[in-house]
Amino acid sequence: MKIDLSDTTASKINKALVQGRRAIGTPAVGMVLTMVIVTDEENAYDAIKAAEEASHEHPARTLVVIKRHARTPRDRTRSHLDAEVRVGADAGTGETVVLRMYGEVSDHADSVVLPLLLPDAPVVVWWPVDAPENPAKDPLGALAQRRITDLYATETPLADLEVRARSYAPGDTDLAWTRLTPWRSMLAAALDQARTQIISGAVEAEADNPAAELLARWLEARLNVTIDRVVTAGPVVTAVRLGTADGEIVIDRPEGPLATLSLPGQPSRTLALKVRTTSELIAEELRRLDQDEMYAIALRGEAAKETPSHV
Amino acid sequence: MTSSDWDWDWDNPLRDARDRRLPRIAGPSGLVIFGVTGDLSRKKLMPAVYDLANRGMLPPGFSLVGFARRDWEDEDFAQIVHDSVREQARTEFREEVWQQLSEGMRFIPGDFDDDTAFDRLRQTVEELDKARGTSGNYAFYLSVPPKFFPKVVQQLKKHGLADAPEGSWRRAVIEKPFGRDLTSARELNAIVHDVFDPEQVFRIDHYLGKETVQNILALRFANQMFEPIWNRSYVDHVQITMAEDIGIGGRAGYYDGIGAARDVIQNHLLQLMALTAMEEPAAFDAASLLTEKLKVLRAVKLPEDLGAHTVRGQYAGAWQGGEKVPGYLDEDGIDPESRTDTYAAVRLNVDNRRWAGVPFYLRAGKRLGRRVTEIAVVFQRAPHSPFDSTATEELGQNAIVIRVQPDEGMTVRFGSKVPGTSMEIRDVTMDFAYGESFTESSPEAYERLILDVLLGDANLFPRHQEVEESWKILDPIEEYWDTHGRPARYASGSWGPEEADEMLARDGRSWRRP
Repeated sequence: MKIDLSDTTASKINKALVQGRRAIGTPAVGMVLTMVIVTDEENAYDAIKAAEEASHEHPARTLVVIKRHARTPRDRTRSHLDAEVRVGADAGTGETVVLRMYGEVSDHADSVVLPLLLPDAPVVVWWPVDAPENPAKDPLGALAQRRITDLYATETPLADLEVRARSYAPGDTDLAWTRLTPWRSMLAAALDQARTQIISGAVEAEADNPAAELLARWLEARLNVTIDRVVTAGPVVTAVRLGTADGEIVIDRPEGPLATLSLPGQPSRTLALKVRTTSELIAEELRRLDQDEMYAIALRGEAAKETPSHV
Repeated sequence: MTSSDWDWDWDNPLRDARDRRLPRIAGPSGLVIFGVTGDLSRKKLMPAVYDLANRGMLPPGFSLVGFARRDWEDEDFAQIVHDSVREQARTEFREEVWQQLSEGMRFIPGDFDDDTAFDRLRQTVEELDKARGTSGNYAFYLSVPPKFFPKVVQQLKKHGLADAPEGSWRRAVIEKPFGRDLTSARELNAIVHDVFDPEQVFRIDHYLGKETVQNILALRFANQMFEPIWNRSYVDHVQITMAEDIGIGGRAGYYDGIGAARDVIQNHLLQLMALTAMEEPAAFDAASLLTEKLKVLRAVKLPEDLGAHTVRGQYAGAWQGGEKVPGYLDEDGIDPESRTDTYAAVRLNVDNRRWAGVPFYLRAGKRLGRRVTEIAVVFQRAPHSPFDSTATEELGQNAIVIRVQPDEGMTVRFGSKVPGTSMEIRDVTMDFAYGESFTESSPEAYERLILDVLLGDANLFPRHQEVEESWKILDPIEEYWDTHGRPARYASGSWGPEEADEMLARDGRSWRRP
């Protein structure tokens, strides 16, 4: 069910949530976290949809913060908050509150969000677009244990990657990194089989792909070799080559979900490496809510200098 | 890779304990299923393999070999797997995953005493090592009736399939029943251990693959609030129930002569009891878990008067849930004189410092009210109540109920004041459901167990010592039943025979209605 509230406050929204739950007859629900989505009106629909799909794996209270810009100067001076409360079938397995903020209140979104957080449960903030320069210092980001940004959604991904690296705080994570998990697990599995030292490497991807850059940095940090960045036509990451004394380990995904794995001295094999949907990425993000140290290492690309060389 | 340059100390630099996104992927390996045309294989094993592949848990090059008496080519086999995956898999069907999987599928037609078939199996395994890089690591899943076990394992030995090349492993996976009494269980173990190292034999008890069962350990040992009351000072008794609403269906040949106690209590219920009653293991590894479970099983004492504290029953024809169903003796293929138990209830005592005097009631049956498996830890009444007896008239005993299936979760039952002016206390429940707080789609038990076999993680598999200890508990009861009387009758769709209610009434207790 859906309850619309205009010109409202957090306490009225809380009342509406209780009312909504009573009305559908499930007063106690096992929601495990609060997800705050900070977005504009344009991206709200897709983001809410992804969050609702992810809520099938992680029942959550989803708070969608939309900062609206009024068209007339008169409306701009008037500060007010509209809310749309969705519970039950309209909100995946949890409950969703869409908060539209106009005027001054949009600078104080945290004051609206704070009373609506679930007691004790962890808080995750996700910026599908327009993430702040320093997520941990953002008033909303400061409420959260986990802050999700997306380098795919910026104009200058590689420059922004440096910004993320500079402002990194434990709990930060980026969907460009999440997208790499299947690649990284297949590379680790390939190395499990090859069991040999890597002496060179290359990541092939479309130009300016932040995930490819993170992948290269991760490989450099872990393998202590220089990784070449090769630009191809894409889409996204198309291949990773790791040189060994016996030949190359290659995972090649020219297009589509099927990749080929070649190991020296072994026949090549087919691998399924699908480009995943946003909801799958978010679901993976929510699986662990502690800090992701490996992301920090890949982001800074500095561990290679710190750790003594392997073997 | 040749085995000579195998380096056990090699660490994969791409793996790191802090990198928790990377899933536990099984190493290079293959799975050989005997009896691949059977029900279990089509309904559970193949879909589980696909689901694992879909979740990215299987290594590149993973191979699946089917062995059965059918005149099939590899493609026919792939088609059967395809159909069963389409129908039964938990995760969505994705063409690219299927393609990755189907490249490694082989089928070997043949009988279990057909030497040429096993020769072909060996060649196939060697061919897969070369073509798919399975590195000689194979698990042999014996999804066949136990009477074929000796034949199959001896054939594996004879054709050199059970010997792992250096640096690789060969494992055997077997399903219940693990014998029908202590003697036959020992014989079976001897046969399997003659060919496979005991460490490499994985006995599937699919209950142990369920999330809630694993959660018993998390609940007890990761929390502070339950363990202090988990003993004789606070617990009155424990009830472990496994009820099925179905009859024996087409399994007359298997079931008659076996019965509920051998089929269910010996393995599933005694395992659940061991997990509920055991002390904290030193570590969460197979050896420590085995030690603690064995201690509990060895401490089990049977009641002196087996007649008074055990009950067996047979379902009689009746209306069940709006449907007229036949009684056990009227089922196809059942001897009308059969004395097989379709319901069994026993009282066990665990004689150790924690549990002395706390009875564990175990019951299992077919054609009961509904399908449910649960562990109920029932607490003693408060020693003194400041409220008068009218206020607490409706108050029962506190209980923690672990629901194993369906609707996995946990319920805590306690008294609460009824709103109003007078003091009146009534039972309420607090509920935790897996489906609510975690994923709607937790992995199937078989997914978890197959992955564990490939990883060589034996935490969730009963070892042969446990199987033998369980038979030592059950054998005297079965012997008593064989020589005393006949099974009691109970109406299909009820909660068992009246004798079972009387058995608890004798102790001043009653069964929960699950």
